[in-house]
Amino acid sequence: MHYEQLGVTEGDFYNRNFEKGAREDTMILNLGPQHPATHGVLRVIVELDGEYVIRAEPVLGYLHRMHEKMGEVKTLSQFIPNTGRIDYGHALGWNWAFVGAVERLAGFEVPERAQYIRVITTEINRITSHLLWWGAFTLDLGAITPIMYAFDDREHLLDILQMPTGSRLTHSSFRIGGVCTDLSEKFIETVRDFIPKMRERLPMYRDLVTDNVILRKRLEGVGVMDADMCRRYGVTGPVARGSGLAYDVRQAEHFPIYEGLDWQVAVRTEGDSMARYLVRMDEMEQSLNIIEQALAALPAGPVLMKNAPKVLWKAPKGESYFAVEGARGKIGVHLVSNGGEFAYKVKLRSPCFSNLSAYAEAARGTILADAVAILGSLDLVIPEIDR
Amino acid sequence: MSMIRKVLEPIGDLWSLVVGLRITGRNFTRPQVTVHYPREQVPTDLTDSYRGPIALVPHPRDATKSKCTACMICVGACPSQCITVVKAPAPVITPEQEKTFQEAEARGEEVERPVAPREPVIWINDFSLCSLCGMCVEACPPRCLTFSHELNAVGTSRDAFLHNLLIPYPGSLKPTPEQVQKLQER
Amino acid sequence: MTFLAAIPSELIHIVIGMVAIMAFVGIHVLVLVYAERKGAGHIQRRPGPFEVGPHGILQPLADAGKLIGKQLFTPTNADPILFWMAPVLAVFPVLLLFVPMPFGPVVTVQEVNLGLLLILAFAGIGVLSTMLAGWASNNKFGLLGAARTVSQSVAYEIPLLLAVLCIAFQKGSLNLSTIVEGQGSWPWQWNIVTQPLAFLIFLVCAFAETNRAPFDLPEAESELTAGFHTEYSGMGFGMFFMAEYANMVVVSGVCTALFLGGWKGPGIDGVWWFMIKVYALLALFIWVRWTYPRVRFDQLLNINWKWLIPLATLNLLGTVFLMKVF
Repeated sequence: MHYEQLGVTEGDFYNRNFEKGAREDTMILNLGPQHPATHGVLRVIVELDGEYVIRAEPVLGYLHRMHEKMGEVKTLSQFIPNTGRIDYGHALGWNWAFVGAVERLAGFEVPERAQYIRVITTEINRITSHLLWWGAFTLDLGAITPIMYAFDDREHLLDILQMPTGSRLTHSSFRIGGVCTDLSEKFIETVRDFIPKMRERLPMYRDLVTDNVILRKRLEGVGVMDADMCRRYGVTGPVARGSGLAYDVRQAEHFPIYEGLDWQVAVRTEGDSMARYLVRMDEMEQSLNIIEQALAALPAGPVLMKNAPKVLWKAPKGESYFAVEGARGKIGVHLVSNGGEFAYKVKLRSPCFSNLSAYAEAARGTILADAVAILGSLDLVIPEIDR
Repeated sequence: MSMIRKVLEPIGDLWSLVVGLRITGRNFTRPQVTVHYPREQVPTDLTDSYRGPIALVPHPRDATKSKCTACMICVGACPSQCITVVKAPAPVITPEQEKTFQEAEARGEEVERPVAPREPVIWINDFSLCSLCGMCVEACPPRCLTFSHELNAVGTSRDAFLHNLLIPYPGSLKPTPEQVQKLQER
Repeated sequence: MTFLAAIPSELIHIVIGMVAIMAFVGIHVLVLVYAERKGAGHIQRRPGPFEVGPHGILQPLADAGKLIGKQLFTPTNADPILFWMAPVLAVFPVLLLFVPMPFGPVVTVQEVNLGLLLILAFAGIGVLSTMLAGWASNNKFGLLGAARTVSQSVAYEIPLLLAVLCIAFQKGSLNLSTIVEGQGSWPWQWNIVTQPLAFLIFLVCAFAETNRAPFDLPEAESELTAGFHTEYSGMGFGMFFMAEYANMVVVSGVCTALFLGGWKGPGIDGVWWFMIKVYALLALFIWVRWTYPRVRFDQLLNINWKWLIPLATLNLLGTVFLMKVF
């Protein structure tokens, strides 16, 4: 049934084609593309029965920047700055996924020190990403103060991360065959000082927000996604780990550095928003453990391989796939090269896109406030969904 | 047992509210972390690690010149095509000079004809396109490019972001009118 | 000048009183806006407003100037009469609520025997204005906000009334001044000692009735953008803003008179004790707002129907029983 045939001219294409259900007494509401709860230009069309969400449908494409196409018209090294801009929250994860794919294609051996630096900076970046999410998520739930405390810590971490990467948000410091700058003594010292400070802050977060009865009642049992549903939608990352799937790319793909460190994959079995929340809080602690151990084990040596490719370097013909555990899930880059200086195709597998696809099912039948809470608990970064 | 737990649970819940008030109350009394920007600045050790707009490294012997040989590798390396470098042209040889050269050659002497100097005459970085990725800095063979630590690159027009690197930073923010014209012709 | 003598002195008294109330409300809204933003800032370890005047003290004035200077804008398909009636309806009843407020032993605009009843009755009009605003602005978010307001306010009026009734029973009066006079100067002679449960219930209901966090569901930002006042800009929004803060002052004033001994305190009784207690309660309002997340709508009603109303009823029955026995 098309609304044009019924003489309905209101709304745009999506509104008109979002068919009303069997009932007449429902209301169709646009959340976004400009709405405080969507953290960007995501748009969700919901059909409401009073406050109950009968259906929810995400509309994408408001922030599509053709990153995959740009990968075909830029040389492989020139594409690295793009990867830092796909997900502004966890830029280094994307950096790593792309350079990893190129290295795997060319069979490069990355110096050990560079690998350690990648682990340390990526984990710091993961903490900043989780802090950003934590603040924004509590903001979704109506608590305004936590985001300020989160940003206090996040700014210190960004100061630290600025030393090796040179930027505060869209880091792009990984290069094909290593990283662009070595860690300074000052960096190592500052991180060593910061880790105990951050460990002291985490209990404060727990007391202020996690243990708060209002927050717990808002999240417990809300938006339950079981393991089977996660598998059906290809959900990865903390969302899947909150549903009892102990899948972490860092462990599953046998990363050489992570294998040698003592850390656990944070898993919860409840599958509700609270489980996803707690998984991320645990991950921050695990990331601190990883950084601490990696700093202690940091070997000496070069940070870039000897014959690191220059700008107009031609990759060998072939295909490669490389995946990294991002803050939001499995970041994958599938690279196809026909032997030129440009890639033939760069396929970017974005975790947010898959995680969002589960939203329509998870939000069905919930109250509007819960639908917002579920959207927040998925930790969506809109530029990453559209790429 | 479950009865006691049912009674105790709301008390624990209410206590969590008191804990929250205690934390925000304690933070209320702690000093602020805000930097009052125009009157205060962040410490310089933070701005030193910041990668600002690119600048040319002065030549070790002559600070007014750089080691740039106008090799154009940075132009090719830039993902955003924001660099414009124009090589110095070869000097124009007048007919009289040409005549003396030919005469000298006819005498069998070795003639050194003037060649184009290996230096740029125009070096413009369009900062409105630059993404500060550092590809040009890393690609430069004589290592004559670097990041400045200029945080306050602001302007009121597009032209203000055409950084002319041949004029030493930070006075380089405005290129000469001829340079702008040349850039527009491009 | 003979025509002046013909005006009854009561009327002059009321008119002067109303003007004084308007000034009082206006000043307090400015002070409260400043206090709230400063309080929020310091809790979040930032300075809050800082640039306009020394320590940003003129910021509320600048904001008020901005709000007054903005164009009054009526959305298409909105009902213009109802749309503009709503903000007016929000502010004016609040001014009436100050009439029986016992600021000091003699500082009361008009002593009303049924002062408590008057306050509870006129407070109900605030709900109407919120509902009208949400309904008339022809906005789906506004509509949802209005629907929330009605069920929230209607539900929370019941335990509020039951809690207030306890005090009325105990003191045998609905006159706020009489209730204050029935309490002693020292904190252990205040009604909060004999009625702690009623005080807690009153406080929770006060948060809900004034639509303050954690019960600010009608304007829940993350879900409904701005709820019932989504479509209001300029002074239309400013009036709702004023009404919210004026309501806070009223609720704190009533709470002070009922439970905290009103103008009485150790040392010399007077207006200052009343104001100190009101400010303390307002500080609590601000402190709570910047600490907690927002509750969900069904939870809000569950707290009311499953906890507050049974507790308030039991408390009332207990009070009545004890009053009869002793």
